[in-house]
This record gives sequence, structure tokens and C-alpha cells, in this order.
Amino acid sequence: MTTEPILRIEDLYKSFGETQVLKGFSLTIQPQEVVVLVGPSGSGKSTLLRCINLLHPPTAGRVWLDAQEITAPGVDQDKVRQRIGMVFQDFNLFTHLTALGNVMIGLTKVRKMHKKEAHDLAMLELERVGLVDRADHYPAQLSGGQKQRVAIARALGMDPHIMLFDEPTSALDPELTGEVLEVMQQLAKEGMTMIVVSHEMGFARQVASRVVFMENGVVVEEGPPNQMFTQPKSERTRAFLRKITDLDDGGERQ
Amino acid sequence: MDFLQDLIATLSFILQGLWVTIGVTLLALTVGLVFGVAMAMLRVYGNRFLRQVATVYSVIVRAVPVIVIIFILYFVIARFVNLSPFLAGSLALGFASGAYQTEIFRGAFQAVPPGQMVAARAIGMSRLQAIQSIILPQAVRLALPAWGNEATLVLKDSTLVFVVGVPEIFRRAQQISARTLEPFMAFGAALLLYLILTMIATQILQWIERRYRLQM
Repeated sequence: MTTEPILRIEDLYKSFGETQVLKGFSLTIQPQEVVVLVGPSGSGKSTLLRCINLLHPPTAGRVWLDAQEITAPGVDQDKVRQRIGMVFQDFNLFTHLTALGNVMIGLTKVRKMHKKEAHDLAMLELERVGLVDRADHYPAQLSGGQKQRVAIARALGMDPHIMLFDEPTSALDPELTGEVLEVMQQLAKEGMTMIVVSHEMGFARQVASRVVFMENGVVVEEGPPNQMFTQPKSERTRAFLRKITDLDDGGERQ
Repeated sequence: MDFLQDLIATLSFILQGLWVTIGVTLLALTVGLVFGVAMAMLRVYGNRFLRQVATVYSVIVRAVPVIVIIFILYFVIARFVNLSPFLAGSLALGFASGAYQTEIFRGAFQAVPPGQMVAARAIGMSRLQAIQSIILPQAVRLALPAWGNEATLVLKDSTLVFVVGVPEIFRRAQQISARTLEPFMAFGAALLLYLILTMIATQILQWIERRYRLQM
């Protein structure tokens, strides 16, 4: 059975001045897939996510979203970004707005909804991440885990076709990562297509349909989590995954 | 008894300039706010040409004494455009204050963490939308303490428009002092009024600051 891929990245290059970060990265993602992207720091994971939603214009290569080439000239990039939800490592909630306001502002300003309609939908999204009772709180009054869940609700409000997570739990205390991962797991269950940059190997094992290991701006190896963790083809993949799995277990034992 | 009567007469004469002073100050602050925010936006978000325009404005205007700007507007520009002394003086003050407000808002724009812009673009906002709905509201809040300081400076600088004959508090104090030959009483009364105005302005600004403080 072949379905139309939701996202196709072909031979993507990205340089910042002299530094080449992505060196011919290719990946195809089917609807409802959850792809966990791992790799050493500096391997280009964050840059890749920011190239996918065009926050960084790729130096070369092409990206298709829903069969539309979004790297083609003349594409309305703001419209493209609406369809791609993004969650950041450091949340980036709008500090002058409440949790509700953070979710609402995209609905009123970008989706041009009326206030009432936007309010109701925003409350629904907050309910999805379990934060209805924090709707009136400002970001400074929320815990890290709550902030990240608001950020997820804010992205979901735009009704994205795919969600990008850039190390969503790295800035969190260990006891707060669980609530964020739970929300993400729920999203995956509901059929959301997701690319997750994360070293949460427990999450990768349970939720990922595919694990992609990248290094130096290219894909080294990819496969189902089981295969990647137990019998990776590349020695480099084995070494890297063993290292972060050990760290992960070490963290859990404490 | 005579003293008290003189004081009341002096005060009531000078008080007629109160609304003029308030008018000049508010108009100048508003003009300065428009210039300041616009020029700061050009300096932070504009292309190279617009950045330079805004920089030249801010640097030159801050280097020229305010009184010279008032003279230029009243004696040169007002020849071609019909400007009352009140308008010429207020606009000149506003133009000058705009240069200082440019610096205040430039700092405020730059103090908004870059992640705010990235997050705004990521939900599909255009650059302009992001500046309007996300960056500007935060920058204004960050600018408030310095802006309040600028507001009291403009209030005091409003005395300068007396040189083109605007009948504000200071001008009226001068007039009554020339008539009564009691400069101490005349300028003392003016001083008192400025003191009260500044204190009220400071209270209002502090209230606004507390009300809209950003929690980081």
C-alpha cells in the first residue's frame, strides 16, 4: 500500500557562511508517522526542522508538503508555516499574553477568527493538553512542563498537518518531562504526523514509527525503533545509541 | 494680607498657562512617540537604507539644542506652512523628543528575546504581524520606565516654547514678574506648578508601569 507522503525532503543543503550544516539530507514521511530524529549535537537536527518550515531558507534542495513544493519560488511562506506546527526547546511563549492569549493570538491574527470562536477553540486546545484551569495564567506563573504544553496547544490551534518538536523536553526538570511526553504520545495516538528531535529513548521506543540517526548533516541510518536499538547496521549508530541509552537508563535509576 | 492677595493674583495669572503647558507637553510627547517608535522600528527591522535614515535622524537631532529646532521650525518652516507658535513649538519639541524616544524604543525592541519573533513566524505570522502583535506590545512595556523619565523631561522642556511667545506657565510667570517686579513670587509660583505637574505625571506613569509590567 502506497500513500502520498505528507512530507518529502530531497537533497537538502544549508550553509551559514562557510559552515555547511546540512549536506544533502533526504527523508520522506508518510501521514501519521512519528519520526524521532537523533544525532550528536551540531549534526544539524534543529537546522533541519527550521529549514522544513522555512524559518531558515535552505541553500539548496527541495521540500514538498502535501505534494506542494514549498521551496519553490513564489510560495506564500506564511501560509506554509501555518500548516507546520513547531514546538521549541525553550518554549518561546509570548510573555505578555496569558496561556489562553498565547493560543488565541494565532487564531485571531492569522486564521482571522472572531474573538468568541477563537476563545472557544483555544479552550478546547488547552483542554487537549490538560491546562484549562491555567488559562488565565501568564507564562511566568507556569511550570516548565505547563509552558511546553501551552506551546503545544498554541501550535495545535493552527490546525497543522505536521508537528515539529525541537528537543521539547531538554529544558525541563526530569520530573516534568513526563507530562509533556504524555501529551505528545496522545497526539501520536490521534494520528498526528510528527518529527521529534529528542534523546528521550523511552519515548522513541514506545511511540516512534521510525528512528532516524543523523550526523554531519546527512542521514546515517534509519529504521523501526526495535531494529535501530537492537541490531543497527552501522557501527556509528550502535555506538551513539548505546551512549544515549546508557545515559537514559542512568537517569531513570536515580 | 497683601502678600497673600498678591500671591493669589500671581498664581491665577500664571494658572491660565497651565493648559497650554499641558497641551504642549502632550502634543510633543505624542509626536515624539510616533517618531520614536517608527524610527526605532526602522533601526531594528529596516533594511540598510532605512536603518541609516533613522540613525541620522537620531544622531543629528540629539546633537542640536532643542531651542535651535524650535527656532528653525518657527522662523524658517513656518514661513512656508501656516504654523501657530503653539503648533511650531510643540512639533519642534516632539521632533526633538522623538530622537530620544528612538533610542528608548530601540533598546526595548532589542531587549525582546529573539525567540519571540521565531515563535510568531512559526505560527504563520508575517514579519509585520509579528512586530505588531508580539514584539511591539512587549517592547512598549519594557520601554515604560525610561519613557516615563522622558515624559517628565519633555514637561520641563516645554518651558522652551516661551521663546516663540507661547503663553505657557513660564512665559506667564515672566510677564507677571515684569509687571509686579516680584520675580521671586512669580517664578516661585511657576516652580510650584511644575513640581505639582511632575509629581502627578510621575504617579500616573508609575501606575501604568505597575499595571502593565511584564513578568519574565
